[in-house]
Amino acid sequence: MIEMRGINKTYRVRRREAGLSNAVKSLFSRRCTEIPALRDMTFTIPDGQIVGYIGPNGAGKSTTIKILSGILRPDSGECTVNGLTPWADRRKHVSRLGVVFGQRSQLWWDVPVIDSMELLRDIYRVPEARYRENLERLTALLELSDLLKTPARMLSLGQRMRCEIAAALLHSPEVLFLDEPTIGLDAVSKLKVREFILEQNRLCGTTVILTTHDMQDVDALCSRVLLIGKGRLLLDGSTAQIRAMAGENLSTEESVADLYRRFGI
Amino acid sequence: MKKYLSFFKMRLMAGLQYRTAALAGLSTQFVWGGMEILLYRALWSAHPERFPMGVEALAAYIWLQQAYLTFFALWQWEGELAESVRTGVVAYELTRPADLYGMWFARSLALRLSRGLLRAAPVIALGALIPAPWGLRIRISPAAFGLFLVSSVLMLAVVCAFVMLVYALTFFLEDSRGIMMLGAPVADLLGGGIVPLPFLPAGLRKMAELSPFGAMQNVPLRIFGGDIAGAEIMRAMGLQVFWAAVMVGAGYALMRAGLRRVCVAGG
Repeated sequence: MIEMRGINKTYRVRRREAGLSNAVKSLFSRRCTEIPALRDMTFTIPDGQIVGYIGPNGAGKSTTIKILSGILRPDSGECTVNGLTPWADRRKHVSRLGVVFGQRSQLWWDVPVIDSMELLRDIYRVPEARYRENLERLTALLELSDLLKTPARMLSLGQRMRCEIAAALLHSPEVLFLDEPTIGLDAVSKLKVREFILEQNRLCGTTVILTTHDMQDVDALCSRVLLIGKGRLLLDGSTAQIRAMAGENLSTEESVADLYRRFGI
Repeated sequence: MKKYLSFFKMRLMAGLQYRTAALAGLSTQFVWGGMEILLYRALWSAHPERFPMGVEALAAYIWLQQAYLTFFALWQWEGELAESVRTGVVAYELTRPADLYGMWFARSLALRLSRGLLRAAPVIALGALIPAPWGLRIRISPAAFGLFLVSSVLMLAVVCAFVMLVYALTFFLEDSRGIMMLGAPVADLLGGGIVPLPFLPAGLRKMAELSPFGAMQNVPLRIFGGDIAGAEIMRAMGLQVFWAAVMVGAGYALMRAGLRRVCVAGG
């Protein structure tokens, strides 16, 4: 169970006008603007749900994920994931957590993927039997057998993403955060990744939070959608509810764009 | 502990695969060592009475320095680590149930060993083939040799603790290439990388020997050549332990403070 209650987070950004004279001026007086990234964010996600966390760029999605992963400390508010406060009990919390950041890699660049997997096994202290079992299952489902012995730098984006997802699941996490897992993938890889996420959720009951801009991901995977904008939670419901709100005969994509406009975000 | 060991093994494997780099390094180090020997020989034949070190001790210093160069070279940084702080990839490392300081320390250590292991033995072998007094010979007692080994391990600890301090600073500076660029030549001079410390003027030498840089290559290389012995060795190794402890403590505290205010942007 994931709970967020009244979480606030503000970033300070230094700004200046364009041009050399303003650059010189900013050497003497710097103006800081406070950007509220999250305002009074509150939601609860029960075990085993796949939730789509959507919103335009800069809405606060990644900030939420970082707070939930224990990387970032909010300014105020409470948060528990399966009874633990992420930033306070970081090590215990992250040992039950799997994370995939679509735009960053966790595999070691120069060595075969299998070496990265074995390193993760040791870091998470996965017992050998369970490691073998998980690796076999992941290899079969994600079709990794040819990829494991290849250095990560030689993989295509789609191949690498499949390996990234496998790497995040070796330690049987209870909760999985996927931050834009299908970004840049071709149609076949996208379908494969989606199919796998559903399978993982069905078999292992893994709770999944998915941030994405791809509404087809949301349609295919999520039973529930949280829509956020400018740091606030705007909508909490199913994809069907979102379509119903937007009006007749619109795809999820068009409905969401319509909602963005309507909320002015 | 096992996870840090695996991390160490991983970096070692990643580093060991660069055979061509090792070969290139090996030839560079041998030629460089040879040139230094020629230089000091010229200096010595001009004023043998003003030479501050025994010739054999100096030869041992130079050859061993070339063989173990990557163990203590402070101009070699693991670019990926500072880079990961700058670009935010460090986020992944923070989602691991392990201590970041421990992981990075193991990684820095392994990087140095992996770069050094392939090239140390051939340079030592070639250095030993050079005729006396300019070749590499073991002249010290087995007990002193034991101290040499211990002090080599301490040297690695001091070096890694120092680079960790710089990586920890990256959390505050966003980009630590500046300190790396400024720090490397200073460290090289005060550490006995450019000339062995006995060749420095007395005041500077004193300062260098007490500084953390003097607790690096300076100690094992001079023990090996027999340039320092007995109480001097004990004093120098004491300083090694002191600096390793101080810098590990400071780096650890700094990293904790840095992580508390970390703000992983973008994505």
